[in-house]
Amino acid sequence: MQISFQITNRTLIAKIEGELDHHTSIEIREKIDREINRNQIKNLIFDFENLNFMDSSGIGVIIGRYKYIQKLNGKVSIANLNLHVQRIITVSGLHKIVPIFDNVQDALKEM
Amino acid sequence: MQIKNEMKVKFLSKSSNESFARVVVAAFVSQLDPTIEELADIKTAVSEAVTNSIIHGYENCNGYVSVECKIIDDFVEIIVQDEGKGIEDIELARQPLYTTHPELERSGMGFTVMETFMDKIEVESNLNKGTKVKMIKKINGSRQ
Repeated sequence: MQISFQITNRTLIAKIEGELDHHTSIEIREKIDREINRNQIKNLIFDFENLNFMDSSGIGVIIGRYKYIQKLNGKVSIANLNLHVQRIITVSGLHKIVPIFDNVQDALKEM
Repeated sequence: MQIKNEMKVKFLSKSSNESFARVVVAAFVSQLDPTIEELADIKTAVSEAVTNSIIHGYENCNGYVSVECKIIDDFVEIIVQDEGKGIEDIELARQPLYTTHPELERSGMGFTVMETFMDKIEVESNLNKGTKVKMIKKINGSRQ
């Protein structure tokens, strides 16, 4: 698993590559929260372009960040889903609270 | 119904073994020539069951998790078993969004995912003895 960050106008873009499961979720959560606190972040975009695998631990990570960002009056969205990750997001009903975009540019426009 | 092939692996309840379990099962099931989607479904379901054993069964203490996989005709049967603390109320545990660990940001969707991605799941559990999750899926595969 690799995670990299980019910041545009207080919006944090977290690009997660590889696999998001219970094991990797611990590090992902810590790193995202650290970036949010350090850089006075308001909004968060998950970029899943190179995410090959996600299970329900990933849903927990997204919901957790959603609750946190909500307290900061910000928005959370997800960009670049593959079919598998899209399926688990649909099963969990997450798409009803977190908007999904085809790419990061589209997600940024809605921030 | 005849068993065509069978395997069993046993590993320590370390979270790094979640990906190990997924990969082993996926490699074994590959002999049925599944589609990429079927394989992703199986990997996800295995991941959920193994994660449950590690987090809830052993509560992050050491123990062994076993994963057994059988190929019976076009069906794959996967049994994930632990000797952990067991589930008090299986019906409640299977409810979507139910979690005993909200502080760990668990989504409570594990069983729902297993039920959605596999054709059938059976859960047996005894308090302080452990939990056994049996999952079955028909592999239609890429052979048409």
